[in-house]
Amino acid sequence: MSEQREQRVLDALEQSRRRPPKFTAPRIDMSHGAGGKATHKLIEGLLLPAFNNPALAPLSDAALLPFGDAQLAMTTDSFVVRPLVFPGGSIGELAVNGTVNDLAVSGATPIGLSAALIIEEGLETEVLTHEVEAMANAAARAGVSIATGDTKVVERGKGDGLYVITTGVGVADPECVFSTASVRPGDKILCSGTIGDHGAAILIARGDLELEAEVLSDTQPLTPLVKALKDAAGSELRFMRDPTRGGVGTVLNELARDSGYGVAMWEERLPIRDVVHGACEILGIDPLYVANEGKLLAIVSSEAADAALEALRNTDGGEDSQIIGEIREEPARMVLMHTGFGGTRMIDMLVGDPLPRIC
Amino acid sequence: MKYVDEFRDGELARAVAAGIASITDPDRHYKIMEVCGGHTHTIYRHGIKDLLPDQVELVHGPGCPVCVLPMGRVDEGIEIAERPEVIFTCFGDMMRVPGSRGNLLEIKAEGADIRMVYSPLDALRIARENPEREVVFYAIGFETTAPSTALTLQRAKKEGIENFSVFCNHVTIVPPVRALLDSPDLRLDAFIGPGHVSTVIGCRPYEFMSADYDKPCVVAGFEPLDLLQSILMLMRQLEDGRCEVENQYGRVVPWEGNLQALKSMAEVFELRPYFEWRGLGFIAQSALKLSPAYADFDAELRYSTPGVRVADPKACQCGEVLKGVLKPHECRVFGTACTPERPLGALMVSSEGACAAYYNFGRKSFEKVEIGSRK
Repeated sequence: MSEQREQRVLDALEQSRRRPPKFTAPRIDMSHGAGGKATHKLIEGLLLPAFNNPALAPLSDAALLPFGDAQLAMTTDSFVVRPLVFPGGSIGELAVNGTVNDLAVSGATPIGLSAALIIEEGLETEVLTHEVEAMANAAARAGVSIATGDTKVVERGKGDGLYVITTGVGVADPECVFSTASVRPGDKILCSGTIGDHGAAILIARGDLELEAEVLSDTQPLTPLVKALKDAAGSELRFMRDPTRGGVGTVLNELARDSGYGVAMWEERLPIRDVVHGACEILGIDPLYVANEGKLLAIVSSEAADAALEALRNTDGGEDSQIIGEIREEPARMVLMHTGFGGTRMIDMLVGDPLPRIC
Repeated sequence: MKYVDEFRDGELARAVAAGIASITDPDRHYKIMEVCGGHTHTIYRHGIKDLLPDQVELVHGPGCPVCVLPMGRVDEGIEIAERPEVIFTCFGDMMRVPGSRGNLLEIKAEGADIRMVYSPLDALRIARENPEREVVFYAIGFETTAPSTALTLQRAKKEGIENFSVFCNHVTIVPPVRALLDSPDLRLDAFIGPGHVSTVIGCRPYEFMSADYDKPCVVAGFEPLDLLQSILMLMRQLEDGRCEVENQYGRVVPWEGNLQALKSMAEVFELRPYFEWRGLGFIAQSALKLSPAYADFDAELRYSTPGVRVADPKACQCGEVLKGVLKPHECRVFGTACTPERPLGALMVSSEGACAAYYNFGRKSFEKVEIGSRK
């Protein structure tokens, strides 16, 4: 009797979870920008129904648009980071790398970027020059040109000095069609290096916390790592994502949900720098939800996983790569982590901003 | 990482787990409550229940200070935050606690000046830097955070900072535990005592649990090995038929507590005759307010908060779930009127609350989950 009731309750929950979300919030609050559940609701409940089309529907890092016999990949991203310059990088570099990376993990070769600058009245030219040079250098490093752009100036107080919006166009590789639909149980999950570096660097650089620690943002173009993976694994490379906002935890939840399979991972294999781990412990934040700007997660068949790992580790910026988990039949649509302590833990999608706990 | 990894050693954990298994009576069911929300977090984060025999069940207690705040107190905070002259400051995890018409994040989006702080001293600094504004600190927490509020108020008084006040929602840990122990349908065998609270109040306040109610209590630290060792200590007491208060967290918790902190608290606070707890109702002498000597800093007086009460819906059965009488899915409003997006009861507010965990992960949150070998 009680079992039946429990099953009824669980079935009802599962049904409501599969229903497309409705966006009911009367206003936008900060949690809608954090990359977790609220952001998903905004995108899937408000934007997706309005724009409804097959290029957008998979909600991948870059959209694929048919163009003659080829496919173009297109992506866009806005950068609103404070402070503008932080240890390990700055907004200009981030803006170029971020968009290049969204193309790269979609299997596309970037061919051109646009850059729009929204500048706040009063910004020192020296600061702007620094960012424009950072963008130029990052584009040269990624082998892509900034082909077009726009500038707007807003009144003092209406922007944090500088916002940068970049759009990228690339040519999709017809040999590499990445999709969660090609993911199979037994596939391995590779992570191309230490997690949480960017988010931790920004938190510390903001100076609200009076923590002193040397943490550098990991911002870098992922193109060399993607190339190494493709060369090593070929068609055994199933899918890639760069775990930016929302972190590794959120991206793996999206993977579990979209593929319909379960994700199993091992805590002791997660590459985390001691200093990032320490900062997160003090702040009560989980590095699994902290942003990365130069890391990728790749799903590779189990046969090709070791070769792919080797290739990543032999590429600059991929030295700390690890196989952090694998795809399982069960528990479907969920992410489970085997903890270093010997238990298991459910990894949920980030609910709001990763807020520090008091208890 | 040094001073952390030592307390998360998987091999030691297996040894302690084997010790627990060896003294578990296979025909008996053990219900152990961890009173503190921080312990619940550790249990989930490290998957501790997977290391315990099936007969040992952990029940999550009422010790999450944000979860137990009643809607009326959240609503009153929001009313203060909406005043144009006010800079409203609070801890991060307060931002999402739902009141009857939204949470602080949403009110901030409507234009209120709400700032997250890491310490009440940060709120005082904001007051110093903004003499033309009124800065209010939304104080929450058990005896763990109360001393820092007390010290901040002592400093504000000494410096004569007049544009600073505190909306005091500090609660005390012993009364809700006593209320649980008093209920005739209680089905708990033993308690894991809250470590951080005990750094302040010490272990003596728990002696009534063993003396008057025959329940063993072990004050525990927050690393996973601390918890596992505490469970072993409780199981040993149950096996020996002992009923004592023991201190596992001796490296931080003195038996008598922190006398300096207690002195500051005694100067700044006094007990409220009663206070409402979300899902548990009114509990006598279970919360703190500012003492007459600090009345000038009392936001309740400064803004004459009306003491609004937003009744817990009658259908809410958090109390029964806490006592171990009901499973979350057996509650009348579970998953319908009460969801993580719109929680009615305390156990749905925090993602680690028993009901929220069950809602998000279903039966899996109660089962041991096998994910197989490592390679």
